[in-house]
Amino acid sequence: MPAQDVCDLPGIVARWHRDPANLVQILREVQESCGTIPSDTLDQLAKLLDVPRVRIESTASFYAFFHAESHGAYEILFSDNIIDRMAGKEALKQYFCERLWLEPRKLSEDGLVYVDDTADIGLADQAPAMLVNGYAIPSLDKARLDLVAELIRARKPLAEWPPMLFEVPDNLCKPGPLTGEAFVPGAALKAALARGAEATLAEIDASNLRGRGGAGFKTATKWASCRKAEGEAHYVVCNADEGEPGTFKDRVLLASHADLVFEGMTVCARVIGARLGLLYLRGEYRNLLEKLKSVLARRREAGLLGQNILGEQGFDFDIEIHLGAGAYICGEESALIESLEGKPGKPRNRPPFPDRCGYRNQPTVVNNVETFACAAKIAERGGAWFAALGTPQSAGSKLISISGDCKRPGAYEYPFGVTVRQILIDCGAEDAHAVQVSGPSGTCISFREFDRRIAFEDLATAGAFMVFSRERDMFEVARNFTHFFAHESCGFCTPCRVGTSLLRNIMDKLAAGKGSAYDMNEMKHIMHVLRGTAHCGLGHTAANPVVQTMEKFPDAYEKRLKRLDFEPAFDLDGALQTARLITGRDDEWAHLADD
Amino acid sequence: MTKTFTLDGKVIPFEEGETIMEAAAAAGVYIPHLCHHPEFKPHGSCKLCTVNIGGRLGAACTNRAAEGMKVESETEALNADRRALTQMLFVEGNHICPSCEKSGNCQLQAVAYHLGMLTPHFTHFYPARDVDASHPDVLLERNRCILCELCVRASRDVDGKNVFGIGGRGIKARLIVNSASGRLADTDMSVTDRAAEVCPTGAIIRKRHGFTVPIGQRLYDHHDIAEVPVAGMERPKK
Ligand SMILES: Cc1cc2nc3c(=O)[nH]c(=O)nc-3n(C[C@H](O)[C@H](O)[C@H](O)COP(=O)(O)O)c2cc1C
Ligand code: SF4
Ligand code: SF4
Ligand code: FES
Repeated sequence: MPAQDVCDLPGIVARWHRDPANLVQILREVQESCGTIPSDTLDQLAKLLDVPRVRIESTASFYAFFHAESHGAYEILFSDNIIDRMAGKEALKQYFCERLWLEPRKLSEDGLVYVDDTADIGLADQAPAMLVNGYAIPSLDKARLDLVAELIRARKPLAEWPPMLFEVPDNLCKPGPLTGEAFVPGAALKAALARGAEATLAEIDASNLRGRGGAGFKTATKWASCRKAEGEAHYVVCNADEGEPGTFKDRVLLASHADLVFEGMTVCARVIGARLGLLYLRGEYRNLLEKLKSVLARRREAGLLGQNILGEQGFDFDIEIHLGAGAYICGEESALIESLEGKPGKPRNRPPFPDRCGYRNQPTVVNNVETFACAAKIAERGGAWFAALGTPQSAGSKLISISGDCKRPGAYEYPFGVTVRQILIDCGAEDAHAVQVSGPSGTCISFREFDRRIAFEDLATAGAFMVFSRERDMFEVARNFTHFFAHESCGFCTPCRVGTSLLRNIMDKLAAGKGSAYDMNEMKHIMHVLRGTAHCGLGHTAANPVVQTMEKFPDAYEKRLKRLDFEPAFDLDGALQTARLITGRDDEWAHLADD
Repeated sequence: MTKTFTLDGKVIPFEEGETIMEAAAAAGVYIPHLCHHPEFKPHGSCKLCTVNIGGRLGAACTNRAAEGMKVESETEALNADRRALTQMLFVEGNHICPSCEKSGNCQLQAVAYHLGMLTPHFTHFYPARDVDASHPDVLLERNRCILCELCVRASRDVDGKNVFGIGGRGIKARLIVNSASGRLADTDMSVTDRAAEVCPTGAIIRKRHGFTVPIGQRLYDHHDIAEVPVAGMERPKK
């Protein structure tokens, strides 16, 4: 539990080497120890770090988890993915608020508790879930919420809460080469050192490994280009932001296969000549931090990190962990680098790409967690072994995070090329009607397309697989995703900053029964502008859920359209309510006709 | 031999490292823009300068020119997108062109004229934004800010002061200033700063200079913004 007002600013700043590039980490620690980031703290930080206050403020005000006003001793954030909603999140939240006599988004009168929503926290297989002071509690039900309410009433410090509340099982339902085989720490590194850097790169190349973060860029190409690029230093960055709603496979890898991930980073360091690696861990995965740190410590002791790794003279490499602070856009690699440098997470102008100009403007490899895990396996077992799995353009296996209307939600590892139908059978989703593949930014497919395959050739995916049964309203699914994008737009470029909010507002208008065909066209128009002019992938894909569900589930929209031409967003008659109150009139003539 | 690319079929010479926008401006060709200004590092946020570069859309102000490149700019499709972006900027803030003291000298308004924007089209957000009149010489009218960060760049890179920044994110992004009180008066802003002049809209206004040239006799009252190939108040081409 945060000890209010005992915030050792100089200590925190010193721990982060008085380096403004570590500002997000510094603000995180301030928030963890003070509960808030008060305005005068910004001034003190500006002095301690010797940067303008405005720089501190723009970073502090960008991230969702930072706030200047007190959120009390206990800040409760309910995960608000559509999957949480389907699992009864709204009712549970209301139940919890009633138990503690509070209102969402309002600090309780005794200054103890604050309740709000947050974007998906990477626990869709254990929905509904929430964060308490940043620590995740999965599988909420009334009993668990009763317990939490009791602990809060008793003002128990979080450290004394029963650890079982924070236990997050892996739910690994189908193991594969990454998740099912034992890995001896050091095995991949030894093979890589024996082979040499050049030959290791050749193995990665021969494996045909493509990035697992969504875009599917060939990993060897990225590493080779970074290796060639000149710079004062080279960096390895592991993207563990995993903000795409419905995705949690990186969480499973980090929780149970961290050695594989860190070893992949170290192999990469060997190939590109890096001395420092950074793991960008999303703030929502705070529970994992201590465990990951102990894995790093153990690896240092075993000579797998640090100086002269495994006795190889001059092979020095270590890994630092940076925690995010609630911003989906920080998964975008250049925004992630900005965030690592202590700035708001806004995507950079490219080119140059990070492989030439990344962290601190030096050559940097940014890869997904799973990509590094694959790389370690390839270093250990060879490229040919890996290339033999999967399909021609999609080598290897893919970890899939399955959630929603199925009997066995959890993590599944498949060779690429598996059909959606096969996955649905395996996870027990007999009455599936639609699947959202790769999260809101991915593809919504209907039951007519269940023979499609998970592979870069067909359905590319970063790993989310959300199942919706016949009973679900696909309009509400799209509306939830639209709110997500509007909330997560970084605000840098015009089309996305404004367009995502316009989309959200139109979807809300339809939900309120005030939509018309005009609004449907309007959304298509906004989609067109977003696709063509947005600065980054978030804006490019933000209208996908709306447009795809419109196409594939037109009924879900049509039943909401009030008229075919135009319907104003505001209620004309409702607007006269104040006038009616003032004049004391409520007769027929004081109302507009409702047609 | 100088390198060239084509812009709407016209041959444009360029030097290695130049952006499409820079090369076009040097050749006297206008590409609509708001966040770009030749004196400052390219930013790429307004997206008005979006052009078709060999089949792919990209910002002219941040994409480098390359030998033999085929760029399209003045197409109906691109201008329709630019119109939509301009309309988005209008509904995002609170713009009162007829009574704004920047009228006739405002690039946002001038671009809207150029693109034939007749209505705001989208539903207005009507955000509640603070006006800051605390500074003796400079007025901050956030209702007209389009978040182009020109003032941010000018203050940081030219004035060496860091008076401005952008706070928040998404639709809640807003212009902030470098003081604990949040007031411009408590920063080291001075009316002679470059940052006081660069604003393309009426968001940063020098006090006591309003209407020295009457509306109707101002730059864009007589010239289409396309006749002013690079941003701002430079002299028209003809
Ligand atoms: C809006 C947005 C969010 C993203 N989020 C993630 C993420 O959470 N994790 C990730 O690995 N990649 C994410 N990416 C992709 C990264 O930008 C980048 O392509 C990836 O980390 C590269 O790693 P890979 O080559 O191993 O896939 C995101 C991209 C965009 C545009
Ligand atoms: S598209 Fe959206 S998220 Fe990406 S830079 Fe533009 S505003 Fe930011
Ligand atoms: S105040 Fe003017 S210059 Fe500064 S960001 Fe806003 S519109 Fe741009
Ligand atoms: S994006 Fe190029 S001028 Fe604004």
